[in-house]
Formats: sequence, C-alpha cells, structure tokens
Amino acid sequence: MRGRIHSIQSFSTLDGPGIRFVIFLQGCPLRCACCHNPDTWDPAGGTETDDGALLERVLRCRDYFGAEGGLTVSGGEPLLQSAFVRALFQRCRAEGIHTALDTSGCIVTDEALSVLDATDLCLLDHKMPTDALYRRHVGCPIAGPERFLRELDARGIDTWLRRVVIPTVTDDPDDLRALYALGERTRCVRKVELLPFRKLCQAKYDAMGIPFPFGHLPECQALPKL
Amino acid sequence: MANHPAYEGFVPGAWQERIDVRDFIQKNYTPYTGDEGFLCGPTARTTRLMDKLHALQREEQARGGVLSINTDVATSLLNYAPGYLDRDEELIVGLQTEAPLRRGVNPFGGMRMAEVACRAYGYEMSPKLKDEFLYRTTHNDGVYRVYTDDMRRARKIGVITGLPDAYGRGRIIGDYRRVALYGIDRLIEEKQRDKRALGRRTMDYETVRQSEELFQQIAFLQKTKEMAALYGIDIAGPAATAQEAIQWTYFGYLASIKEQNGAAMSLGRVSTFLDIYIERDLARGTLTEERAQELMDDFVMKLRMARHLRTPEYNELFGGDPMWITESVGGMGEDGRTLVTKNAFRMLHTLHNLGPAPEPNLTVLYARALPEAFKRYCARVSCQTSAIQYENDDLMRPLYGDDYGIACCVSAMRLGKEMQFFGARCNLPKLLLLALNGGHDTLSGLDIGPRMDVMDGDVLDFERVYERFAAYRAWLCELYVNTMNVIHYMHDKYAYEKTQMALHDTDVHRYMAFGVAGLSVLADSLSAIRYARVRPVRDADGYIVDFTREGDFPTFGNDDDRVDGIAVRLVQEMIRELRKTPAYRGAEHTLSVLTITSNVVYGKKTAATPDGRKQGEPFAPGANPMHGRELCGAAASLNSVAKLPYADCRDGISNTFSIVPDALGPTPEARERNLCTLLDAYFGRGAHHINVNVMNRALLQDAYEHPENYPNLTIRVSGYAVNFVKLSREQQREVIRRTFHEAM
Repeated sequence: MRGRIHSIQSFSTLDGPGIRFVIFLQGCPLRCACCHNPDTWDPAGGTETDDGALLERVLRCRDYFGAEGGLTVSGGEPLLQSAFVRALFQRCRAEGIHTALDTSGCIVTDEALSVLDATDLCLLDHKMPTDALYRRHVGCPIAGPERFLRELDARGIDTWLRRVVIPTVTDDPDDLRALYALGERTRCVRKVELLPFRKLCQAKYDAMGIPFPFGHLPECQALPKL
Repeated sequence: MANHPAYEGFVPGAWQERIDVRDFIQKNYTPYTGDEGFLCGPTARTTRLMDKLHALQREEQARGGVLSINTDVATSLLNYAPGYLDRDEELIVGLQTEAPLRRGVNPFGGMRMAEVACRAYGYEMSPKLKDEFLYRTTHNDGVYRVYTDDMRRARKIGVITGLPDAYGRGRIIGDYRRVALYGIDRLIEEKQRDKRALGRRTMDYETVRQSEELFQQIAFLQKTKEMAALYGIDIAGPAATAQEAIQWTYFGYLASIKEQNGAAMSLGRVSTFLDIYIERDLARGTLTEERAQELMDDFVMKLRMARHLRTPEYNELFGGDPMWITESVGGMGEDGRTLVTKNAFRMLHTLHNLGPAPEPNLTVLYARALPEAFKRYCARVSCQTSAIQYENDDLMRPLYGDDYGIACCVSAMRLGKEMQFFGARCNLPKLLLLALNGGHDTLSGLDIGPRMDVMDGDVLDFERVYERFAAYRAWLCELYVNTMNVIHYMHDKYAYEKTQMALHDTDVHRYMAFGVAGLSVLADSLSAIRYARVRPVRDADGYIVDFTREGDFPTFGNDDDRVDGIAVRLVQEMIRELRKTPAYRGAEHTLSVLTITSNVVYGKKTAATPDGRKQGEPFAPGANPMHGRELCGAAASLNSVAKLPYADCRDGISNTFSIVPDALGPTPEARERNLCTLLDAYFGRGAHHINVNVMNRALLQDAYEHPENYPNLTIRVSGYAVNFVKLSREQQREVIRRTFHEAM
C-alpha cells in the first residue's frame, strides 16, 4: 500500500504519550488560519512511500518508545489517506506498537472511520469554539469534528481533545472552560490539552509566497489559568 | 605490609600481596541502589572557598585567559613552593605552582611552543630558564630530526593535524589510587623488584630501555613523596582515613600534571575506590555525610584549578582550555553487582554544590542494568547542567573488564595496565580532495603523495572515485603510522611520563590511537556522488575546486542504510589499512571518530566538498551528522551514529547531542524519564558515546552576545565539556549552528 508523506519526526514528546515516532502525511482539505504546516496542504506533494518501508523505519526506533510511546500519524490530514493509515496502523498493532491518530475530525466517512479499528488513541484537534469561527478560520462546519468525537466515544477509543490557544481568537477562558466541560461529559476523553500558538511557521509561508493569515497575531506567551 | 594498621576493617585479599586495586575494590565496596536523598549541600566553608575561586577565575578571564605565569623555572614536582587557595580552610591541599591558577612553563615537549605560549599572554621566559634548555634535547627537537619531507608536508597542508609533536601526548592515566592504597614506599619496592628481575634478562634494546624507565619511575615516586612533604604530609605509607585517601590520590595526580602537559590528563575511576574509605570512616563514626561531601567538593575544587599553558594555535584545536580530567563514574561489575556507590552520587553532586563546570570531565559509564535511581539522577544532572557525558559500559566491559577508565573523551583503557600513544587525527574530506586532484592541494598549491592525473569526466563516477580514494588512503595510512612511530619514539626518549608510568604495572599493553575527522562530510560526499549527479568545477589549471549537484541523495543522520553503510565501510577499511604498518613498541592500532573542537580548523583547511559543504565551512564534530542534514529527528540521527562499529573504532565514537528542553519533555520529570529511555535505546543499539546538552539555542546566542552574563555556562562539545565563554568566537558560532533537536 502506497501513500504520500511529508516528513518524519523520529523523536517527539509533544504528539501523544511518551516518546513518539511521528509521520506527517501529505495533503489537507482544510486551510486553517493558524496552520503550522502549509507545506503539507498539496495532496500531490511530498514523497510516495509504502507502508512496509515505513513500518521498518518505525521498528528501528521502537526502543526509544519506552513504556508509553509509539507511532503518531499526523499531517496534513491523515484521514485523506485513510486506507494507507489503516494499513500502517494494522501493521503496528501486529508488532505491539501503540498507534495514535492526530486528526481534525473533519472527514467522517465510513472509510475514514475504519481507521479507528486499529487506533489506540486519537488526538482530536478541536480547533474553534463555535461553528461560526470554524467556518471562518478553518473552512468547514463544526459538525464534522463533533460527529467524529461521538464516533470515538461510541467505539470507546481513548481521546485527547486539543486546541491551539490563539490570542484574541481562542483564548477566551469561557470558551476554554467549555472545551474542558465537553471533555468531562464525553467518556472517551482522557485529557484536554491546550497548546500555545507559535509563529515559527512564518518562514514556511514566506518561502511559499503566500500570506500567513494569523501572522499579525502575537504568539501565546502563557496558557491561561482556568 | 599485608597487615598494615591502615588496612584495619578492610576485607583482606590478593590486593595485599600484589598491586591489585581492582581486587581491593571488589572485596570491599558497597554497591548503592538508592536515590540521592542522602546528599548534603555545600557547607559555608565550601561556599567561601568557591567564591574565592570564582573571583580568581573571573580575573583570569579578564586577563585574556591566563591569570599569571611563573617564567623562572620549568615545571616539575619540586620546583615550586607549596601553594594554597586558602591555607587555613582547605581540606585537600596541593597546587601546580606556588599560587592558585598560576601556570608553570613546560619546555620539555618543545622550547618554541613554550616561548610562544608565554608571549601570547605578555610574558617572556626568563633567560636562566632558556639557558637551562640550551643544551637539552626536547621531544620536539627529536621529532624534527627524523621527520621526512612527506611527514612535514602532510602536517603543513593539514591532512594529518593536531600531532602531539610539541607538547605532551597525554591520554595516559596513572592509577592514582595506588598511592592511597599502598603508599609510595611500597610502590617503590615493587618497581625495584621489577628492575632487579629485568637485570637477569639479556640486555637487548627493549630491556635496557625499560630498565632505564624503571629508574626514572622510581626517582619520580621518590619526588612525589618529597612533593607531599613540602605540604607537611607523609605519603610513604598507605592512607588511613578517607581524607588521606583523597589527599594521597590527588597527590599522585598533582605530581603527574606538574611533570607533564599532556593534552588529556585524565583521572581514571576514583569515586568508588574512595567510597570504601568513606564508608569505613562513616561506620567508625569519624566522618559525617556532610564532611564526606565536603572532602569531595574540596577535591573537585582542586581539580578545577588545574591548568596548562598553551599557545593560541593549540586552543584552536582544543578550545576552552581543557585538561580532560576525566573521571569515570558508575558502570557494572563483572559479577553483576553495580559499581555505583554513594560516592558516585557525591561526585556528580559537586556540579550542584560548586556549580556547573567543565572539569573534571564527568563520564557516566552507562549500562542497562544500572540502578534506576542512579540513571534518573544522572538524567536530572544532565538536564540541569549539561555537564556530563555517557559511555556504553555494556560495550566496553567485555573488552576492558570492570576496572577501566576513560582517557580524554572516549578512550577506554584498563587502569594501571594499559596506556595509549595518542595519534591525533587525519582529515578525511581533505584526503578525498587530494585523491581527486591527483595529490595536489588546491588551498596551499603544494603536492603530496602519489602523483596521478586529476580525476576526469563531466560527472563523477562513484566506483572510480572510490578506487582512487582507496589508493590515496593506503598511502596516507602508512605515512600516518610512520609519523606516529617517530613522535612516540621521541616522546619516550625525551619526555617520558615517569610519574604516570610509575603508577602502571611495569609490563603494560599499549594502544596506538589513530583518528578521523570529517566522517559525515566524507560519507555524504560519497553518497552525493553515488546517488545524485556531481559535476566537478575546475580552475584554469584543471584542478577541481568545487562541485555542483543535481538530484537528491541520502545524508548521514537519517537512519538510511544507503549512506550510513558508506560511513561504516569507511571506518572498517580505515583501521584495516592502518594495521598494515606496524606500530611502535608493538602497540595495538585503534581508531577514533572524534574531533574535539578541531572540526572548525579542519574545515577551514579544506576546500569545497562534493556534499555541498563550502570551502572553509566547519565539519560536524566527531561522528555527528552534518548540521541541517538530519531531517528525521533525534532517534533517526542517533541510530545512524549507533551503526558505526565499536569493534573497528576501539578508541571511541563521539556524538554530541543537543536537544531543547521542551522537545525532551513537557515537565522536568518527563524530561528525566525520556532522557533515560533515550540512553537505554541508543546504547542498546550498540552506540558508544553521547554528550548530552539540554538547552535552547537562544541561550547560547545570548551568551555569545553577552559573555559577561554567562561566566559558568557549561556545554558539552565533543567528548568534553567547556565553558562556552572560553571558546573562540568562531568555535562559539559553530556550536550555535549545530543541530538542536526540537519538535515542530
């Protein structure tokens, strides 16, 4: 099975529990104004590779996983290549490697949901507090991620709800409390994780010759105390 | 002697009948598997002394790196009056000269080097001292009497660099513990017995030489005793208390650094040995934990005051004024018990009590089976100070037993039983360029080695290039071994390390340690030639001076076997080629992948390379991948280095690893846990060494711009630690450019 990848990060402590091998898949249907990886958007970009070769690379790094770590597939939007992710996750499962899916939850097709059969943990990026903000800054309705969360809950898959705290956009304490409340009342959610908005990606936008929509906003200096 | 009163309370054994420190340790030490909860902070006395030392260090830095020089006498064991940092408060005494941080002059390696060093700091050697050496042959004199034209030229163009031909070769570890365990008189008796035994042999060349060496060893053991007497201390007999054991051990070390200015004057493995004395005194009620830590703090303070006088050119190769007072801590015993004791913790704890510092060069011998609490403590100290390095005990123990130490950065040897002839390193990328240009060095315009046509063709062909490279490598390896043979013959003849060798068995095993620099540049260059299209750019005379590349190629540091395999092949073939030329005194050839800070100056002496590295650009240090070419993160990078086979690189494979705290983990606890996991995984894959820096690039950038705010900022460079502010501006820039692993 072949898929398109953007890059590999063989040692990450920020993409799930423990030390993770992260595969960033190429291609994303969304155009989030805060996107950190605009170079992953184009589904025709990146490098084509097959799941067997990727597994081999993951296995070479499994000693670094320790008790908690494993593979995280991120993007781009990994569910744009659902069959590929599913094949990779199944191979990892067979090797006893923990699998985490980092997704926006915007693609809720049967094929996308089938990936969950081989997913141990979902990092669900709940990007914006309201449907209006979703439509404005993400380019899709909030219904998608909300339905995805219900599907996760129905399957009992451990989930971390994540949100990037963007000054003036997503830093309202009431909105963030609402996110925690959503986590509280959804059984599959194990953790709510807030991530500070950073602008290290400005250089990527510059190199691509396109504007960084949130380039004018300040970085998040400290996560709000709730 | 077997029942000396100083041995009361020790488990007796073979160590009493013969010189056998290991046997003493094995029979008497107490493994410790607990955590650091027992440790004590600095006493008011320690802090007062440390403040005093810090003030002197600031003054030293303000004066351009050297506080003062005694230019009247040549350094030796008895040439200076006793010196003190604070006579009333010190617990462990002894300085190299009569005053703290004052440097002695050592012309035994070479007169010109010593003179240049004095002048660099505004001093002039006294006429009396110059006269003394007028009719004396130095090591440097001897070497230049024999150097061939090719040897001089190889040195001049920089294809072999950093040769120990004008200063002490170093990398010899006296077993300083012997002074404490046996006392000087017993050591002299043993050496006299060995000398008598030699007298019954045929007086061939080696026997005569060894006999004279034993005479020198005995004379300098005697001097060591007299040196201690200047401080009012009698070290004729064994040490009877912990304080004495530390003092006796330190006197052995001090005598050695008064005699020799070797590039690396390492300490060995003293912590667990000393723990035995500390445990005995604690049990007797004559010592408290606070006092035990105070003694170790004082000992380490002394080590931090050790200095040699160097020239500015030397500092380019070995930046930051290092001594490589390497102390190996931890490890496992052959019987499965850990060699970690409470004193291993105390030694590392000096980084907290006295503040982070590059010396002593604290080296943790890491094994999978080390006690978890000790691993965690090491990781904590690393995260807080970036001052320790790790080496794979599971890899070395089967080869060197469980009483070896590390000399310099990564050179393992059995203590008191093995020594090495330090062999600097050769510049691999430069060798490739020489091969392509048929023996012509485009930077100097000089020719060297076999003369061949410049490699022709529009696009470089891998097989042809490799064949050409192998031909020049064969020539260089022979020249390299022969050059070493000259240097070490002359060093033995004119600057023999009598004090340190007196603290070895009379019959020692010798290694000759060769080295390579620029391994990742060469591997990437060959990968580019093989997997991309590399076109040479020629100058008006037809010599290749640059390259263009078309297409992608795999680079070292991404866990990609296509290029990692080239690096492995290069080191395997290198040592095989070196072994073809016999080494002086029957030494065993070994190879290191280590640069110290010389990767900067080697890069400066090397034209553009096929991998895209520009002329003059620094190499990566040691076995590191080139910065900016590790595209898959830390684990992949570590895996590439771990593939280099230790069996072929027995003098060590240095990897300097820098990671930003946030990338290592979100909390201090997570960072410590993750660092332990990382070390277990990396060493589990057969890797040899890692320097760990946990810091942000921005911190170094700020230290570069405002050095005055960072007098004690310590970073690991390449097998050792340095004060960042003591590096040259160029070296600082190179360190800042290195890869800092971060997660985006």
